[in-house]
Amino acid sequence: MPQLAGPTDPAADARWTDVKPRKGFFTDTSICIGCKACEVACKEWNRNPRDGDLDLLGSSYDNTGALGASTWRHVAFIEQKRERIEEAQATGRTLVDLGMPSVGVPAPAGPPPAETVLPDTPEFRWLMSSDVCKHCTHAGCLDVCPTGALFRTEFGTVVVQDDVCNGCGTCVAGCPFGVVERRSDGTAAPKTERGERKGEQPEVPKLGIAQKCTLCYDRLLDDETPACSKACPTTSIKFGDHADMVALARERVRQLHVEGRIEARLYGANELDGVGGTGSVFLLLDEPEVYGLPPDPQVPTAHLPQMFKRAGLAAAAMTAAALISFIGGR
Amino acid sequence: MTTSDFDRRHPTDPPGRGRRAGRRRSARPNGADGSREMRMVPDLEFTSYYGRPVVKPVPWGPGIAAYLFLGGVAGGSALLGAGAQLTGRALLRRNCRMAALAAVGLGAAALVEDLGRPERFLNMLRVIKVTSPMSLGSWILSAFSAGAGVAAAAEVDRMTGERLPLGPLRRVLRAVEGPAGLEAAAFGPLLAVYTAVLLADTSTPTWNDARGELPFVFVSSASLASAGLAMITTPVAEAAPARKLAVLGVIGDLVATRVMHQRMDPVAAEPLHEGRPGALLRLSEGLAVAGGIGTLLGGRRRPVAAAAGLALMAASALTRFGIYEAGIRSAKDPRYTIEPQKRRLAARRAAGITDDSITTAG
Repeated sequence: MPQLAGPTDPAADARWTDVKPRKGFFTDTSICIGCKACEVACKEWNRNPRDGDLDLLGSSYDNTGALGASTWRHVAFIEQKRERIEEAQATGRTLVDLGMPSVGVPAPAGPPPAETVLPDTPEFRWLMSSDVCKHCTHAGCLDVCPTGALFRTEFGTVVVQDDVCNGCGTCVAGCPFGVVERRSDGTAAPKTERGERKGEQPEVPKLGIAQKCTLCYDRLLDDETPACSKACPTTSIKFGDHADMVALARERVRQLHVEGRIEARLYGANELDGVGGTGSVFLLLDEPEVYGLPPDPQVPTAHLPQMFKRAGLAAAAMTAAALISFIGGR
Repeated sequence: MTTSDFDRRHPTDPPGRGRRAGRRRSARPNGADGSREMRMVPDLEFTSYYGRPVVKPVPWGPGIAAYLFLGGVAGGSALLGAGAQLTGRALLRRNCRMAALAAVGLGAAALVEDLGRPERFLNMLRVIKVTSPMSLGSWILSAFSAGAGVAAAAEVDRMTGERLPLGPLRRVLRAVEGPAGLEAAAFGPLLAVYTAVLLADTSTPTWNDARGELPFVFVSSASLASAGLAMITTPVAEAAPARKLAVLGVIGDLVATRVMHQRMDPVAAEPLHEGRPGALLRLSEGLAVAGGIGTLLGGRRRPVAAAAGLALMAASALTRFGIYEAGIRSAKDPRYTIEPQKRRLAARRAAGITDDSITTAG
């Protein structure tokens, strides 16, 4: 059985002989301006169809909604007032006080919170963050895929093979981040009323199979930058070797702390976390759940050995019950 | 929107208008529609992204819930059939073998129908993948179906007075039906239990949190359902083992369900108590108890046995649909993902484990 949890090099773990350096994103949300160029570039490059019906969702400037089968980058918009900003600073300070983690680079000395001169607390702020598949070290979707359609690439990323997937949907439940989805044509019922379906749309490709970010596997093979990162005008989405991305993220969060932006924190940079660290690292300015990210994701397969033991015990109990039923007459 | 200190006297954003990110939810109405139980724990304050789900619900239809039930019936029936085969109960053997094949056939059809690309269902057998309960389950299902199919074919041949056009293969069939029945029985419990791991090995909060006890709930449910079916189809003279298995199944079901509820995070367990899944599971429990008592008191009278058997089968079906729907419900509400996760993270931090959080200061 492959390694189910803990730090590892995923490509080597998948028994690639020519392991390439692990690739990943560092999404620095502190410089995201919410332009959604990443969403557009991703859709265009990967020829993903439209999803939804161009509705206004009433959630600030986010009318995309969530990551899904046809949306592999999703820019979240969060509007916060002074009270929420102060709470974010408080949780950030708690995190610094916990001194986490001690992996790799020594913990940032960080200015003592009491002496920190905070920049003027704004009365309002907009958080913008471009979310994407995490390409986990231990990927729940990949572990539970029964056909081998999902596979680990030589770059340590996780990709669906369109021609193998039979749309069983298990990976959708396997992902702790709600990223992968089975593609439907987006129409629950035929729309007959005129103008209800806005604009003519081409046939939806790859119907009925699981779809998610490939970290532009096709572009990586040609030494190209993924489309979202290439299109990002503020370098909020950085792309490169995973080790460099983590180092860059640590450097950036330290810099922000020195500037007094104590609310800055990293998400996914800890290889001891429940998914063995993520390939896509984020710098956030509030708790992860504010952005729609799980606060403590764990790959379900980490518990699989225990689950098999319990299932074996239960199956044995069922056999024993049947044996007992046939012993002696009544 | 810009505001200044002066605006604080003139709130520009009246409370309750529109949906706001980072809004706090607390003190939701308890038992508002009468069908819901009171919450077992007070609501923690929690934040979500516009109330949108964090994890995605599995895109399965009710066919999968039906399969959970049918797979259990098939597995239990094969066990009963093998027992009947070894103890010389010809009618019980025949009925259980037929039941096993019918249930597994219907179940497999429901599975294939639910795929996004049904024409590719054979891709399930491209690989054997130990980390994928669905992959192992496909192999268990295939192995079980082979044995159950051969055993049932032999029964059909006997019932039709050896009219199947088998020719010299008839002797082969006679020779292998016994081993085939035992082979199916060996895979029967696995067929009944693997679906529990299939549900538990996901990020769906309620299923994942039930992982320790769900296998026991599922084998108990499979036992009482298959025994119930045998009590319906088989005369009481041969159905004594089925009656005993039914009672054992009911006891197992009641105990395992209780232990499961106790061990789960109270918030993750909530969908098992509330709304439609809660109602299904309560009804299931009532029917299981009624079926068990009916079996004990009147199991030797055919009409009572048949009625009890029907109640048991219904109880099992309701258990599976209840647990299936509770999981879907738990995935659709971010509260069930976020609250238990925050709680376990806080518990680990309180215990001094501070190095395994996905959120770090540097």
